[in-house]
Order: sequence, then structure tokens, then C-alpha cells
Amino acid sequence: MYRSMFPRDIFDELDTLHRQLQRAFDVEPSIRGIGRGGFPALNIGTTPQSVELYAFTPGLDPATIEVNLERGVLTVAGERKDDLASDQQQAAVHINERFAGRFRRVVNLPDDVDPNGVSAEYRDGVLHVSVKRRESVQPRRISVH
Amino acid sequence: MSDNTQLTRPNDGHDNGKDKHAARLREQTLLPPVDVIEDKNGITLFADLPGVPKDKLNLQIEADSLTIEGDVVVDAPEGMTSHHAEVRLPRYRRVFTLSRDLDGNQASAEFKHGVLKLRIPKAEHAQPRRIEVRVA
Repeated sequence: MYRSMFPRDIFDELDTLHRQLQRAFDVEPSIRGIGRGGFPALNIGTTPQSVELYAFTPGLDPATIEVNLERGVLTVAGERKDDLASDQQQAAVHINERFAGRFRRVVNLPDDVDPNGVSAEYRDGVLHVSVKRRESVQPRRISVH
Repeated sequence: MSDNTQLTRPNDGHDNGKDKHAARLREQTLLPPVDVIEDKNGITLFADLPGVPKDKLNLQIEADSLTIEGDVVVDAPEGMTSHHAEVRLPRYRRVFTLSRDLDGNQASAEFKHGVLKLRIPKAEHAQPRRIEVRVA
């Protein structure tokens, strides 16, 4: 699990240890392991006009990032090349924490998004996807006579 | 705690130095994941710091320690409400101890798309040398 993005906290570390122990003692662990939901980290926010998604995906070639919106479901996928594999044979790997390989994260968007109003920008390793929401009727107060 | 409540802090009345140290311990930062590989000429370090623009990256190499710090800058539209935040802190920080055989003065770094690539060569005296054995 891609835990080291999160603040260093004794409880987080104990949690990771607990998870690892569980995996070690599990009689029949899932063949897919603990799940790849860790990379990239996502932050999602909304304004009345849009839904904003930030995916923390450093080290990608922007042309290879796949962003798809289909029936209200936003998918961010791609592949991160392993920097270590390309280096010389003589090297010794001391620490290997960074994620490498294919990744995919899926988000359910609210019903009022406009599929034609999607824009995506990749800056400083963060993918920012902005989805416009359809003009909705302003909430009106109904007076009771 | 509301804004009006005064909380007695354990460092009240102590000198400034202690306060700063305590404040730094309390400040939580994100730990950027790294890859470190070593070849015979030095060490290469890769660190993930997404969201940090070049001018907010701070690299410090002292005699025996390396500090990597960066502030996250994300342009959020005005009035955005956060619904789901997996990255909740605006700062990365990680410190490493460097061994004596590394030459910090010769370090070089590249920073692109939030990935830092730092190269620290081994000091001249620590480079591998083949010693010729002569037959007497």
C-alpha cells in the first residue's frame, strides 16, 4: 500500500504494521494482494459550477495520461515507468518506495456534470481535472400560506 | 475548542529556542517516497514531490545530512469545498544522513513534473581504486 505519501505518524505506522502482519498470517490472502487503490492520491472538491479533481501523479509524460468520462464515471489511468530498471546493472537498490507500473483510479461524479465540459491540466506532477456542472435551478424558498 | 478558549500550552514561559523546536515537532509534513540506488561512483536519489513548483523546492546539504523540503501549491478555484482529501498537508519534508564517503559539494539535481533526481557522487578519496600488484 502506498502509505508513505501520508504524514509520518506513529499510528499510521502501526496501522501499516498491523496490515502487514494480517497479510502474513492470512490463510488464503487475496490473489490480487492488498489492493492498488493507493496510487495516485486523489483530492476532490466541488464548487457550485464544477467538480475539481487533483491526482498526485508525478513523473508522467502528459501525453500518456488517460482521462475518461463515461456515464458520470471519471477514470484516471496511466503507467509510471520504473526509473530504477533503466539504470546500470552495477547499481544496488537501497530504498524502493516509489510506485511504478500501471495505475487506475475511478471516481463517481454527481449527476449534474456536463460531459462536454471537461478540461485537464498536468502541472508540477499534479493532474487537475475540472468538470463543469450543468446550470442547475437555484434553490428557491417556497412560502407557506 | 472554540476560538475563545485559551489552551495552556506546555511550553508557556520557556525560552524561545525550546518553543521553536517543539513547534517543529508538532508541525506535520508529508513524507515523500524515495528510491535510492548506489553505483560505484555515487548515489542517485529519486523523490516524488507532486504539487511542488520549482521555486518552492528546498534542498539542503550539510556536512552529513540531506534535507528535502517542498511546499505544495495547488490552484483551487475560489469557494471550493473539499469532499475527499487524501493529501491533507501542504508540505513535504524528508531528512537523510549522508555517509562520509559522499561529497555533498558535488551534488547535482534535476526537478521535473514533481520528481526530484539528485545525484551525489562519492568523494575523491572514496572512489574505487584498483591497486597494482607488482612482482618484487
